[in-house]
Amino acid sequence: MTSRIRETIIRNLFALLAFLSVLLLGMIVFFLFREGLPLFGEISPAQFLFGMSWYPTYSPPEYGIWPLIVGSLIVTFLACLIAVPFGLLSAVYISEIAPAGIREILKSIIELLAGLPSVVLGFFGMVILAPWMQETFDLPTGLNIVNASLMLAIMAIPTISSISEDALYAVSRDFKEASYALGATKYETIVRVVIPAAFSGISTAVILGMSRAIGETMVVLMVAGGAAAIPQSIFDSVRPMPASIAAEMGEAPFGSGHYHALFATGIVLFFITLAFNLVADYLSNRFKEEGSGTL
Amino acid sequence: MKRRYLKQSLFFGLVRLSAFLITLALLGIIVFLLYNGFKAITWDFLTLPPTDSMTKGGIMPAIVGTLWLTVGAIAVALPLGVVSAIYLTEYARQGRFIRIIRVGVNCLAGVPSVVFGLFGLGFFVVFLKFGSSILAGSLTLGILILPTIIGAAEEALKAVPQTFREASLALGVSKWRTISRIVLPSALPGILTGAILGVGRAAGETAPIMFTAAAFFTAVLPKSIFDEVMALPYHIYVLATAGTHIEQTRPLQYGTALVLIALVLGIDLVAIVLRSMVRRKKRW
Repeated sequence: MTSRIRETIIRNLFALLAFLSVLLLGMIVFFLFREGLPLFGEISPAQFLFGMSWYPTYSPPEYGIWPLIVGSLIVTFLACLIAVPFGLLSAVYISEIAPAGIREILKSIIELLAGLPSVVLGFFGMVILAPWMQETFDLPTGLNIVNASLMLAIMAIPTISSISEDALYAVSRDFKEASYALGATKYETIVRVVIPAAFSGISTAVILGMSRAIGETMVVLMVAGGAAAIPQSIFDSVRPMPASIAAEMGEAPFGSGHYHALFATGIVLFFITLAFNLVADYLSNRFKEEGSGTL
Repeated sequence: MKRRYLKQSLFFGLVRLSAFLITLALLGIIVFLLYNGFKAITWDFLTLPPTDSMTKGGIMPAIVGTLWLTVGAIAVALPLGVVSAIYLTEYARQGRFIRIIRVGVNCLAGVPSVVFGLFGLGFFVVFLKFGSSILAGSLTLGILILPTIIGAAEEALKAVPQTFREASLALGVSKWRTISRIVLPSALPGILTGAILGVGRAAGETAPIMFTAAAFFTAVLPKSIFDEVMALPYHIYVLATAGTHIEQTRPLQYGTALVLIALVLGIDLVAIVLRSMVRRKKRW
């Protein structure tokens, strides 16, 4: 009897602790709102989201984050433009083409790339890429959208590659053999059968890669240049949302409008990534239910 | 016919090229840091605090700070992560509750690191009044790596054959004893791999500790968990962007970056090797 009681206690205790992840997510939302919402006593949410000027330290201060949102979206979009082909092609190589030995090595390399601290990538972009770009293209600054996008792409490639690879690897052997039996080449099989069958897994990978890129902080803080304005070209500086939060939180007086505005920016960032993650979660579940996959 | 194979060769070339360029990117960054950072690494650099307003001296307080924060983070995340994984794999039945937990874990994994920093600031530093401290930073980093640990532990637990559990239960052993004596020991190497990867992640993160733990400069080592500390990633950022002697301290920046990637990639490599050994040596 005592052992049964113990079992019940353990079971419920473990359930409670497992639920902590959900609770923590809720607490993150709660504390972001607690520190961010007071801003909207000063300005309206529309003024905040679509305001064109971010001058938090002027008097009167202006807290319009539209240029920051645009900055975030542009670097993320460009980063994905680079990272998606690289991620997907490397996944195809690992799961379909590479010999076993190379496959293991390449998987380790991609894992190590994922482990590179973002501050090191930011540093690399600052001291190598920025001076080189400035000189080669005769730019006012090498700290710009292109530089930030390249560094972000390096961060997003491992995410896209490893998740796509899982999806490609999970495609049933029957599909490939059926394709070969019809006389298709390996290339045709990969492009017309394997990739379409793994499509929802690949979409999940791309969305999670985007989510990773838009939330990444140190890279954009160090190499995006920091100009809070709508960029006119891809060689302009921008100030993506995470960069603004990280750069200014240290100097924003506690409880000031600026402090609240940075938390409110955190709310926007949080919900953008949450949306990405929920879509990815939905897609990957649909993907699982398909079992061997349907075309 | 010829054209079809030509297309294939082109495609395969492209695929190999992309794999090659990714490898090149990683090696390029490592070689670049090795080449530039190697000169800065001396015994004094590793064992002395910074001097002359951080333009000379070493990085010892930052190394110690990063170790403290990382140990703290894993002390928070490992027990919680393993318990969550045990619940998800061993106890929970498919249903709405477990579905919510899974979505929660996935979403937690996707929260941007700077948002963890904001949460740590709002909750641990301000609300719980821990101040900027090892405690607040460790807890923030611990939550950040929690999903990684849960994922790795779950995978390790799932890899334990069902027959192990059935054999134990058939002998009349209770569920908890089966888990603690049979399942957990079998899954231990896998869980350890996940923990090591989590440590590597925590050691390299900057944004979550910027407002919760990291000090610009401290000459003395922390005396308690309520002290601020210097940390390697933050030190790189500070030297590279905030100093008045950015060019002059370049060697220190390279040196610190080299120490950080040696630490982080070294940790990751240990995990990768350990995992492949575990997979190869599997008894079942």
